[in-house]
Amino acid sequence: MSKAPPPPPPPPDDFDDDEGPEIVKRFLYVNRRAPYGSIYALEALEVVLIGAAFDQDVSVAFIGDGVYQLKKGQDTAGVEMKNFSPTYRALEMYDVEKLYVERESLVARGLTAEDLIVPVEVLDSDALGAVMEQQDVVLSF
Amino acid sequence: MAVLHTVNKSPFERDSLATCLRLARPGSTLLLIEDGIYAALRGTAVEETLCAALGSHEIRVLEPDLLARGMDPAGLIEGIERVDYGGFVDLAAAHDSVQAWL
Repeated sequence: MSKAPPPPPPPPDDFDDDEGPEIVKRFLYVNRRAPYGSIYALEALEVVLIGAAFDQDVSVAFIGDGVYQLKKGQDTAGVEMKNFSPTYRALEMYDVEKLYVERESLVARGLTAEDLIVPVEVLDSDALGAVMEQQDVVLSF
Repeated sequence: MAVLHTVNKSPFERDSLATCLRLARPGSTLLLIEDGIYAALRGTAVEETLCAALGSHEIRVLEPDLLARGMDPAGLIEGIERVDYGGFVDLAAAHDSVQAWL
């Protein structure tokens, strides 16, 4: 009685997304907190980076104090915390390219797009609301 | 009795600063720390409130928290002075009590 040989190991490209149908959903991460004063901003960034591995349609919105996360020139040496703001510049490499900032939030804080560490799309509340409505999944921080 | 009030929340997220300013007696000192520093800058929606408060309070801002958040000291509202951690200790020692508005 001969045993069947064990099946060969799957080829390394077995996990490629191009095998079979793939579900792509529209994910929006909503940031509404300033950095450093709470853990929300850093945690949101971590989740965005993790989510980027799943090849989904990702957008990130910055509303209210969330716009402070993108402020240029952060220097945390004096408070002995990790400056995670350069990571926003790396999002592009993870194909996270749709960054939306609410215009009203910038104006209330005396900021403009030039004050931000990455290029963003500045939308007024109405336009950003429309973007939010188009999403399949909204994750809030 | 001289009180040092510390505010560590953004004026856009909480009413800590507004409540502090409503209840702090004239002559008491305000120290903006952590996310509270966002109130100290020119050009924001709360600038007028801070300018009015400067009429009856000394207002200080903790510089390391300002720099951590990428805010230029040159953008501070005129009359708001910077302190470092040593200055924070000096302020606490110079007042009879410290009230934290969390």
